Amino acid sequence: MAKRKSDVGTLYKGSPGQWSWLLHRITGVAVILFLFAHVVDTAVVGWGPKAYNRVVAVYHNWFVQLLELGLVAAVLYHAINGVKIMLFDFWPASARHMKPIALASTLIFVLAMIPITIIIGGSILESAGVT
Amino acid sequence: MAIEAPQRPVPPPPGGFLGYRGRERPTGGFELWSWLFMRISGLVLLLLAVGHVLIMHVWDDGVERVNFGFVAARWQSPFWRTWDWALLVLALIHGINGLRIIVQDYVRWPGARFAVDMAFFVIGFGLFVLGTVVVFTFDASQWPGTT
Repeated sequence: MAKRKSDVGTLYKGSPGQWSWLLHRITGVAVILFLFAHVVDTAVVGWGPKAYNRVVAVYHNWFVQLLELGLVAAVLYHAINGVKIMLFDFWPASARHMKPIALASTLIFVLAMIPITIIIGGSILESAGVT
Repeated sequence: MAIEAPQRPVPPPPGGFLGYRGRERPTGGFELWSWLFMRISGLVLLLLAVGHVLIMHVWDDGVERVNFGFVAARWQSPFWRTWDWALLVLALIHGINGLRIIVQDYVRWPGARFAVDMAFFVIGFGLFVLGTVVVFTFDASQWPGTT
């Protein structure tokens, strides 16, 4: 809740959580900006199959699928890191174990991304005509 | 008479940086409700948004299978219409409130801050109306033979 001038426009560098704090912001902004576009592209379904199928064809392009993989990663990171934040907020004693919990949440994210990257990655290669 | 020697600084609470007091949080008013809303909606979005992403992007060929017929079939079920609408509303409020908090950090001049916030609110409200109308008025029978 930045109110004082000195609080504004500075890069927060205060704690072991600074990198997850930054990633939480970046992934959050990425997801909401995508949502703006996604509501509009989905709304086109109300204009019938011709219009909608032309719009979603964009999502079948290999480069857009690469961005899609990034989107899935952003949602997952934000979600898992959000759980970590709630854990510290609602059960402050857990903050004593901040480092192992941060490590565990990162690990969960990375492990979840392995099969997801393989699945979407396969689809990307297919769309790109590599396989 | 001796001036008391300054006490040794209070050691940090056990467990280091945050100890038992927990992280900083708003003490009351709108900001406390906003703080609480972000956590409750975050918990619901954990199911709605992560579920949506896994179903639509990872499961069963992901977006490759998404076209008009897919949406028409999916939205025959009130369950998915409700899911999608709840996701729309919660994600918009959660996301735009998040943007408001970020704007507090990076936009200094109050006039500019107000303008940027309002722009996001207006976009959010417009998308809420558009999304709500489409989710609840979509009728695939207008295009027979597509499902």
